[in-house]
Amino acid sequence: MIAYTVRRLAYGFATVLGVLTFLFALFFLYATPEDMARRALGEKAPPQALEQWIVNHDYHHPLLWNPDNPGQTLIVDHFRRMLTFDFGRSDADDVLVTRRLRKGVGPSLSLTVPLFVGGLFVSISLALFVATFRETYIDRAGVALCVFAMSVSILLYIIGGQFLIARVLRWFPISGFDPSPEVIGRFLVLPVFVGLAASFGEQVRFYRTVFVEETNRDYVRTARAKGCGDGRVMWHHVLRNAMIPIITRVVLAIPFLFTGSILLESFFAIPGLGSITVDAIHENDFATLRVMVFLGSLLFIVGQIATDICYTLADPRVRLE
Amino acid sequence: MEPHVFSNLVTTALFAGLMLALWGARRSLLWRNAGRELVRRRPISLAVVAAYALVAGLDSIAWTDPHDAVGEDQAVLLGVARTVVDRFFPADFQEASYSAPLADRELYGGEPLSHPGAHWLGTDIIGRDVFHRALKGARVALIIGGLTSLIVLPLALLVGVSAGYVGGRLDDAVFFVMSTLASMPSLLLLIALIMVLGVGTVQVCVALGVTGWVGLARLVRAETMKIRELEYIDAARVLGASELRIVWRHVVPNLMHLVVITFALLFSSLVLSEVVLSWLGIGIDGSWGRMIDQARTELSREPVIWWSLLTASIALFALILAVNQVADAVRDILDPRTAGERS
Repeated sequence: MIAYTVRRLAYGFATVLGVLTFLFALFFLYATPEDMARRALGEKAPPQALEQWIVNHDYHHPLLWNPDNPGQTLIVDHFRRMLTFDFGRSDADDVLVTRRLRKGVGPSLSLTVPLFVGGLFVSISLALFVATFRETYIDRAGVALCVFAMSVSILLYIIGGQFLIARVLRWFPISGFDPSPEVIGRFLVLPVFVGLAASFGEQVRFYRTVFVEETNRDYVRTARAKGCGDGRVMWHHVLRNAMIPIITRVVLAIPFLFTGSILLESFFAIPGLGSITVDAIHENDFATLRVMVFLGSLLFIVGQIATDICYTLADPRVRLE
Repeated sequence: MEPHVFSNLVTTALFAGLMLALWGARRSLLWRNAGRELVRRRPISLAVVAAYALVAGLDSIAWTDPHDAVGEDQAVLLGVARTVVDRFFPADFQEASYSAPLADRELYGGEPLSHPGAHWLGTDIIGRDVFHRALKGARVALIIGGLTSLIVLPLALLVGVSAGYVGGRLDDAVFFVMSTLASMPSLLLLIALIMVLGVGTVQVCVALGVTGWVGLARLVRAETMKIRELEYIDAARVLGASELRIVWRHVVPNLMHLVVITFALLFSSLVLSEVVLSWLGIGIDGSWGRMIDQARTELSREPVIWWSLLTASIALFALILAVNQVADAVRDILDPRTAGERS
């Protein structure tokens, strides 16, 4: 177990290095600092201004090899900064990226956590319900509804939700955010609801497949032979045995709670990490974008390792070699 | 070469390729039966997909008018290539600004339109016909799905098969690259790639391809590893078949069901991704995503302008729903694990 964990961590670290190498190739070798400066200042910027921009943003060292001072290269800088979480300043307005991230995490989590927990509860319950009535019209209607819901673009859920609930019915504000506890709920209900509507189709269908596969197993027949009713079989036996795919999905979704929902945050004006990403796109802020991709994959890799370890806790049949 | 000539050539080549693939598939009993089963299960969805493909195909064939075919007042159009779809509409089919469906006056100014009652679904902010734009979106959607698949499928097949069949160091390296790419959140990676590559149809498709190939490559790799150990591979080897021949004749054909299933499932997710990219301002010109993005603010106007948004949404939704339905049926029919079950 310990040997496995150590090996798993080492592989995870290697993947982090792989991600960093990829990001370096993309953001420094393919799009060179001159390109970035030109994007930031415009095509017609004079060469001195480009030079100045590059120096101001610390991109003036050689890319890969510096004969005078081997430590002073962009690649060393890039790896050192990312691995020590010293992300430097944004390319657009020189604000420290870390400070901005710290401000964005709270709003992001306040949107994504209710969305995540609510979504999990709703879709697992619905999927269990549908799977209980598998091979009947309820099941078919449920699956058809899921496919229907999956075929609508998330953009339309957002636009439709804002128009119908906020503008026509005036139940909740169209957008905005206020972290004080009395009013935060008013601003979050609509985005959470829209997020649920946009994701339930795909989730319910996935969990239904998992549950239906489980209901064909022998232990279900045994449970029924003992006299268990539908409810007990589904909620007790099937749900617990279907934990492995559920855990995989849940743990791998957790990292995205932190990076936030880009679309929801930006449409509902929630100042979280998703909004920061959108601003970075509009402002050609490569430094912030780089950090967002790095953090996203870091959290994902950590999540993967956690999943592998969770398997052993959830299912004694899984032995880690 | 002029763009429309290039587009004509590519369209013809793609059509020929499709016909060749269908003809090849017809020769195998498995594929013939699968096709027949698909038509039996999803006739309507298949028809919808075919209709979109037809519109997209007609919109890809364009030519310029000779001088004498264009009247005096249409001199602007000289040298401009128009597609078959464009030719269903008058050449100067544009108004000054918004007009409601089938209206004969402008929405705001109240000026009489130059084509009263002819804009079935109204016009947009600069007076373009909404129905015409929606039709043209079909081509963009099929380019997104098709071009990206042309990048994804061969790449994933090549990488997956070589990693799975050769194994060893190569497999380790490929697996590492795949887990690296897969660990980056796909929307963020997509955004980063497009920011770096630049905005444009090809760039967007390349970016979608880079983020999309890993899933299929993983499946192909795992399946190849299974097939490699089967007895008929040993039999082929004993009979003296070369490794290349084994891969080409005995491994790849047994992976094609994965390719077809993935293609069907990938298609709708690609088109939906482009909508999100359009909204971020890094999508493709003329797509339904662009239309939706432009129409987004129109709902807060007074009176509400709903026709652009609704038309683009329905055009998008109908295609995605039909493709999803077909994809489901394809998976049920071709996947050996679910092949026995009902649809």
